Amino acid sequence: MNKILKLGFLITFLSIFATGCQEVKPYDYTALKKSKPRSIVVIPPKNNSIEVNASYIYLSTLTEPLAEKGYYVLPVAVVDQFLKENGLPTPAEMNNIPLKKIREYMGADAVLYIDIEEFGQKYLVFSSVATVIAKLKLVDTKTGELLWESTAFAQIGGNSGNSGNPIGILTYLISAAITQVVDNKMPEASRRANHFSINAEKIGLLDGPYKIPAKQDINKDL
Amino acid sequence: MIVKVFLLISFVGILLLSGCNDKRLYYWGKYENIVRQSYVTPSEVDIDTQISELEIDLRKAKDSGKKVAPGFYAHLGMMYAKQGNIVSSKEMLLQEKALFPESSVLIDGMLERVKKNQGR
Repeated sequence: MNKILKLGFLITFLSIFATGCQEVKPYDYTALKKSKPRSIVVIPPKNNSIEVNASYIYLSTLTEPLAEKGYYVLPVAVVDQFLKENGLPTPAEMNNIPLKKIREYMGADAVLYIDIEEFGQKYLVFSSVATVIAKLKLVDTKTGELLWESTAFAQIGGNSGNSGNPIGILTYLISAAITQVVDNKMPEASRRANHFSINAEKIGLLDGPYKIPAKQDINKDL
Repeated sequence: MIVKVFLLISFVGILLLSGCNDKRLYYWGKYENIVRQSYVTPSEVDIDTQISELEIDLRKAKDSGKKVAPGFYAHLGMMYAKQGNIVSSKEMLLQEKALFPESSVLIDGMLERVKKNQGR
């Protein structure tokens, strides 16, 4: 019970973040604006959860939100294979490559490091709850400077995850029904976590070069 | 029946939650799902399956008028290389580079490795 309460608080806390309430302190984008990266290489995440596939399930959900944000994202499976062929069999080892080498062999302006803190599905009586918590860090490959960081969080299933939703009870029922059909919610939970983190107002990632501004100003900085 | 209705409602709900899909810059198709499956259930997506699925996506992308996602051509190029189809592999890798010049360093390295392996 106590655990559920704690979880509830965490969710409320994080959903305030995701919705961009007045309370949110804007991220300091000085370094990111100065660096203006065009390309991002995503290093396979370090996995601190007990789910063995966490690293690669999570890795497979990052290209879309980053690319749709306007960045060139290096092909994740290609990069992974390249690193494996060069004597780095696991994500833990891949996270230790010197930035200079990343720049030299992959040409990426920035590298995204990920620490998966929690990743898994808990099965309850009527439903199951899928939780993802991951820390994202974007680093300039030239200077080593931290450009942006964020904690990605999402939870699917159960009633607590849908608080604030006007059709909350309905979605709860739906999610319970879906549990019978769809057995693994982790990819979707990961996608949502990334979406909230990258697109959050004031604390999300800034638009990259391929994102054409909604209105005018297309000609200037591109 | 009830499950079907639930699925439909939730599908619409997910669409609403994830925002309008047509605003996206790229055609995504199965790219990220294939990447995931290649690690989680590799037997379901062997080299030939990946290539045929991605080729289908390529056609769909052309029909939709959108570019394929960053990395898509490079991934397909890697699969062709694994299949031993060097001509198609090169073609795909060059497409990636043409579409996204940011990929040049990575692609040039891949092209070089394809060449080396071919010589062997």
